[in-house]
Amino acid sequence: MLEVSGITQIFGGVTALEAVSFKIAKGEITGVIGPNGAGKTTLFNIISGIYRQTSGTVLLEGKDVSGFPPERLARLAMVRTFQNIELFGGMTVLENVMVGMHTKSSSGLLACSFKAPWSISEERRIRECAMTWLEFTGIADLADQTAGNLPFGKGRLLEIARALAVGPRIILMDEPAAGLNSQETLALAGLIKRIRDLDITVVLVEHDMELVMDICDRIVVLNLGKKLAEGTPREIQESPEVIAAYLGDDD
Amino acid sequence: MKKDLLLFIAFALLVMAAPQLFKGGYLMNVLVFVGINTMLAVALNLLLGYAGQISLGHAGFFGLGAYLSGILTTTYSMDPWGAMPVAAIIVGSLAGLIGFPILKLKGHYLAMATLGLGIIIFIVFNETVDLTGGPSGLSGIPNLKLAGVSFDSDVKNYYLIWTFALAVMLFSINLANSRVGRALRAVHDSEVAAQVLGVNARLLKVQIFTLSAVISSLAGSLYAHTMTFISPASFGFNFSIELLTMVVIGGLGSIFGSFLGAALLTLLPEFLRAVNDYDIIVYGALLMVMVMFMPGGLVRGIPALYRKIAGQKGEAGNA
Repeated sequence: MLEVSGITQIFGGVTALEAVSFKIAKGEITGVIGPNGAGKTTLFNIISGIYRQTSGTVLLEGKDVSGFPPERLARLAMVRTFQNIELFGGMTVLENVMVGMHTKSSSGLLACSFKAPWSISEERRIRECAMTWLEFTGIADLADQTAGNLPFGKGRLLEIARALAVGPRIILMDEPAAGLNSQETLALAGLIKRIRDLDITVVLVEHDMELVMDICDRIVVLNLGKKLAEGTPREIQESPEVIAAYLGDDD
Repeated sequence: MKKDLLLFIAFALLVMAAPQLFKGGYLMNVLVFVGINTMLAVALNLLLGYAGQISLGHAGFFGLGAYLSGILTTTYSMDPWGAMPVAAIIVGSLAGLIGFPILKLKGHYLAMATLGLGIIIFIVFNETVDLTGGPSGLSGIPNLKLAGVSFDSDVKNYYLIWTFALAVMLFSINLANSRVGRALRAVHDSEVAAQVLGVNARLLKVQIFTLSAVISSLAGSLYAHTMTFISPASFGFNFSIELLTMVVIGGLGSIFGSFLGAALLTLLPEFLRAVNDYDIIVYGALLMVMVMFMPGGLVRGIPALYRKIAGQKGEAGNA
C-alpha cells in the first residue's frame, strides 16, 4: 500500500531522518512510535507532501509520489490529520466536512457563481455525504456549531470525519489520542478499528502505548531518526533495543 | 444560505424602489458612487474576507478598467459595451499573470507587493501622457447606450450601476455559499489543512485574485462611462486604502457588509463637507474604533450592539 525507502531528511546541519525504510500493508493499522525527537512527525510531513525529503522515495500503491504536493496526494486517496487539530475555525462543523468533499466534486468558480443546475445537485450530494461522515464519527448533533467553539475531543473527531470525506484508501493520523481523556481515547480506538473495517489503511504516530498495543497490527519504532525495530506489538514489547531506547541503556 | 437569498431579494427591491423614495436629486448622484464602491468592496472582500489574502493595489485594477474603457472608446472609437469586456479580459489576464508569483507571498509581504503594483499602475496613468492624458486626465468618454437610450442622467445611471452591483452581489453570495467559497474560507483558516483535503490553494488564490480584479475592472469601466472624465487622482494609493476600510468596517467575509461599508464611506464625506481636509482623520479614527470595538464590522457589530441594548432594557424592566 505504502512503501517508504531510504528516507533521509537534513535540516541545516541536523539529520532528522536517516535512511528510513518500511512497508505498510493494505488494510492494516500500523503504529509509528518512538521517543520525542525520533523524527515521527517529520516522517509524516514527508509522506503527506508537506516537506520535501532530502533523499529517498515514497511509493503509494506502487506509484512514486515523492515530492507530490498534499492536494495531489488527496486525489490519490491519501489524507492525514494533525497533532494540533487544524480545523477551519470560522466554519460550521458540517461545512468543515463538506470541504473534505472537494476532490469528490468539480463545480468551478463560474458554475458556482451562476448556480448552474449541476452545481446545485452536487451541493446537495456533498451535504448528504458529509452528514453521513458526521454520523459515522458520532458528532452529527453538532453539525451546525461553529468548529472553533468545539471542545478538543470533538474537534479531533471532526478532523477525522473531514479526512474520511476525502474518500481515502489510506489515512495518516498524527497523535490522534493527544489531549484526549481516557474515555475519549477508548472511543477513538473503536473508531479507528471501524475505519479499518471500511478497508482503509491506517497509519498513526502515537505516544499512548496502551492504545498502540491495543489496536495496531504492526509497529515501526523510530529512534534518533533511524528505524530501530519493526514487528507485531508483541515482538516490539519484547525487543531489547526498544526497551533500551525507551528506558535507557545500562551500558 | 436561504436567509442570504431572501435578504438579497428584499435588498434588491429596496434598491430598485429608492429613486421613487428619494425623488431623484443630488442624492442619486451619490448613490451611483455607492453602487460602484459596493462592487469594488465586494470584489476586495472575496479576496480579503473569504480567501484571507490582502491587496493594497485594488485601486489600480479599478483604474485600469476605467482607463482601458476610456482609451478604447475615445482614441479607438470602440463601442462602450465592447470596450468593457475587452478591458475586463485584459485586466483579468494581467491579474492572473501577476497573481501566480505574488500570491506565493503571505501577510505583510503580500501587502507590500500589491502596494507596489498599485503604485506602478498609478505612475503609468500619470506618465503615459500620449495614451492617458497624464495628470490632466482623459475626457470625452462616451456614455453607455442601450436600445437608443443614453445613460446620461443620475437616475438612469443609478439603475445601470445598481443592476451591475446587484448582479455582482448575487454572484458573490452564490459563490460564498458554494464548494469554491468553502474552499476559500478553508484556505483562510488553515491553508495546510485545506491542501491536505485536496484544495489546490495556490491555484484557488490566483483564481479569486483574478475574479476580484475583473469585477474591479468592470466597476472601473462603468465609472468611466458614467463620469465621462477620469484622472489618475481617483485611482491612487489613498483609494486602495479607502476600499480596504470599506471592507473592514462593513465586515470581512460578508457581502452585505461590503455594501454597508461602501455606503458609509461614500456618504460620510457628504456629511463631512464642513471639516473638509480633515475627513481623512475621521476615516482613521473610524477605522481604529471599529477594529477595537466591532472587529466583525458593522454587519455583525450592529446586531450585537442591538442585542446588548435590548438586553439591558430588558434587565431594567425586570428590576
